[in-house]
Amino acid sequence: MQTRTSTWATKSAWLLVKELKSEFRTRYALNAVLMFALTTLVVTSFSIGAFALTPRIASSLLWLVIFFSSMSGLAQVFIKEEEAGTANLLRLVAGPDTVFLGKLLFNLALLFMLELIVVPLFMVWMNVSVLDLWLFLSVLLLGSLGLVCATTIIAAIVSKARAKGSLFAVLSFPILLPLLIASIDGTRLSMEGEPLSAGWGDVRLLLSYLVVMFVASFLLFDSVWSE
Amino acid sequence: MAQLMGSMISLEAKDLGKRFGRRRVFEGIRFRLENKGSLVISGRNGSGKTTLLRVLCGLARPTEGRAIISHSGKELTPEQRRNLLGLVMPDLEFYGELTAMENLLFLSRVRGSNLTRETIRERIGWMGLKDRDDDLVFSFSSGMRQRLKYAFALLNDPRVLLLDEPAANLDQEGAALVHQVIDSQKAKGIVVIATNEQSDLRYADQNIHLGD
Repeated sequence: MQTRTSTWATKSAWLLVKELKSEFRTRYALNAVLMFALTTLVVTSFSIGAFALTPRIASSLLWLVIFFSSMSGLAQVFIKEEEAGTANLLRLVAGPDTVFLGKLLFNLALLFMLELIVVPLFMVWMNVSVLDLWLFLSVLLLGSLGLVCATTIIAAIVSKARAKGSLFAVLSFPILLPLLIASIDGTRLSMEGEPLSAGWGDVRLLLSYLVVMFVASFLLFDSVWSE
Repeated sequence: MAQLMGSMISLEAKDLGKRFGRRRVFEGIRFRLENKGSLVISGRNGSGKTTLLRVLCGLARPTEGRAIISHSGKELTPEQRRNLLGLVMPDLEFYGELTAMENLLFLSRVRGSNLTRETIRERIGWMGLKDRDDDLVFSFSSGMRQRLKYAFALLNDPRVLLLDEPAANLDQEGAALVHQVIDSQKAKGIVVIATNEQSDLRYADQNIHLGD
């Protein structure tokens, strides 16, 4: 007889592994996210031309690219389960906590992959430099974590709706607005060479947003996921 | 969990009812099955057989009443339920981009079981899919997918087995295999069958006809 010793974290890790395997075989979300990001970057780069961007505009453009690219891919994590009819299978074997954490980790991996490509390309093509790397990385990390927490629960909600694609961006934008404002401001400060202490207000806001969003999403997920 | 495997288990419906908006699908469903009972749910198309199974296994919430799975009189937690239930139904789909082995390995691990690949391969073989365990589920026919559903449902030696249209999409050999599965389950646990086939009524210790 088999023993059952797996913890919640181990089960979520199995779900993450399954998601990554499925994604690399189907490129369901990855292609959408990357193509959207590259297209936006190229169009922005052409429209800017030889103009030098101020830190305020550069930081806004960077987060616009990240926001809209993630909108095109992060919702798929639940939509594909509902559309393929596999959501019931998952509900049968996994608790809502396992599903939420596994899906959240997958979305985080997807967003980090996107940022790994988009951020260096943005810096080179737009001729933007970051003068305070620690502030920049702190804002990017906390902004990404908050973005993923919010979009994962919104993805679960819209996966049950009919107009999934448009609803995702429409629902996400107002919820993500405080995060985007703080991320844009913190990124601007890092590009202007302000020290970490100058951006502390933005970092604290992002950290608070992350904690509130994670706890709220985690608590809400059961009622969203279960029929 | 191991101590639950050999002891008394019961499945009970207490005045179950389900509505979709204003439409009432069923109401006042009551039954109790203990240890080795069987129940056949029959009724015309759209009478709520599948919905009732979904409520019993926890995939849908009832609008009225409760479905309770108990062990020695103590109601099981959702996690314990997941480990003791097996379900076969038409709208259960596997991940097509994964192989049969990858599907069952993932499902067993997420459920918290550490069955070996060999055991899983054996279970897939039992359902007549020997040597197909490393094929992508995309390439499976509907009958093969139905057989894989049985391999999944029986993976954790369920005490409660719920079957919706048990022989759907199966050939004669597959249908015979399903009859063996039902007979074997009746000897060791609870089985609930939702069906339109009159011949399946022979499995019934109790019968509920929906849509009357």
